Amino acid sequence: MADTQRPLSPHMGIYKWQVQMVTSIVHRATGIALSVGTLIVLWGVFSLAHGEDSYNQFKTCIGSPIGLILMFGWTWALFYHLCNGIRHLFQDGGMGYAIPQFVRSSWISIIGSVVLTLIVWAYVLTSGGAA
Amino acid sequence: MAEFSLPKNSKVQPGKHFPAKDAKKPRTFRIYRWSPDDGQNPRIDTYEVDMASCGPMVLDALLKIKNEIDSTLTLRRSCREGICGSCAMNIDGTNTLACTKAIEDCASGDVKIYPLPHMPVVKDLVPDLTHFYAQFASIKPWLRTQSPAPADKERLQSPEDRKKLDGLYECILCACCSTSCPSYWWNGDRYLGPAILLQAYRWIVDSRDEDTGARLDDLEDPFKLYRCHTIMNCARTCPKGLNPAKAIAEIKKLIVERRA
Repeated sequence: MADTQRPLSPHMGIYKWQVQMVTSIVHRATGIALSVGTLIVLWGVFSLAHGEDSYNQFKTCIGSPIGLILMFGWTWALFYHLCNGIRHLFQDGGMGYAIPQFVRSSWISIIGSVVLTLIVWAYVLTSGGAA
Repeated sequence: MAEFSLPKNSKVQPGKHFPAKDAKKPRTFRIYRWSPDDGQNPRIDTYEVDMASCGPMVLDALLKIKNEIDSTLTLRRSCREGICGSCAMNIDGTNTLACTKAIEDCASGDVKIYPLPHMPVVKDLVPDLTHFYAQFASIKPWLRTQSPAPADKERLQSPEDRKKLDGLYECILCACCSTSCPSYWWNGDRYLGPAILLQAYRWIVDSRDEDTGARLDDLEDPFKLYRCHTIMNCARTCPKGLNPAKAIAEIKKLIVERRA
């Protein structure tokens, strides 16, 4: 028994990507992205403390196309992690375990996070905050 | 730790093709094959099966292949009515029983069939369930009592208490749920997985069982129980329509409640 020569059957590569598995994996991924994103916030705070020149430098970087894309992605990661985190909170309380319930709540997390991100960015872009 | 890619000896190669001659309604089945005897890597063989002369279930097609096309195809099966759990495998991307999965319910195109995911393969569609069964034994899945047995009758249970076992006693231990769980894929050595935890809960809520405290003590462990992150693949895939994720949540709740 326990023959180490035995192959391991395929797993991630063959399992159907259903919404509840996607939301779980993306929750992890956004958690990691948020940790990295927090470093950018720290950079902003430190540059502010270092005076006008360094803060202007930070603003130029963040306001560049790549900076804006990163900030947009980070906003979405924040809202997704928030929405799905609330979903997990309900699940920890023992709610939402029926198949139609968790499929629906998965989609609500995804759609809700996109809507919230767009609202924030519509405000940022119309009020000129990203300039 | 999560190891996303397959080990070198497990990478799947293209395999043989078995065309159907004069088939009226051909359907292609792509099936995972591995033999311990030839020293080769696993491969995917393609079989064309005539649906005009085949039963409705995936198991019918597998047995037709074994009987008429390629007798070396190896699989477990017994009851052909969803009660023994032997023919659990990954069909069309999710884990289910070949005997209760209709071929026409599979997505259009080729029907893809793999053994249960992330398991050591004995041969073809037969996974090694030794560890899974050892985990089942570890929860001591029998009525544990301290009080002496009644002299002249069974240990009785009210209809209400019996009702608490509905949705739990139906589990046939086919391992579809545990092998659909990414947490079990990455930590199956120490995480008990949805099937075994549902079974553990089945004894925890049994009104006749008198060892609830010890059962909860045993499960209160970062790996055995708390690797469940409510991914819900288990509930979505259970061929018996049970909800292991819910049972795990109930265990977690009981552990919190007894602290109060």
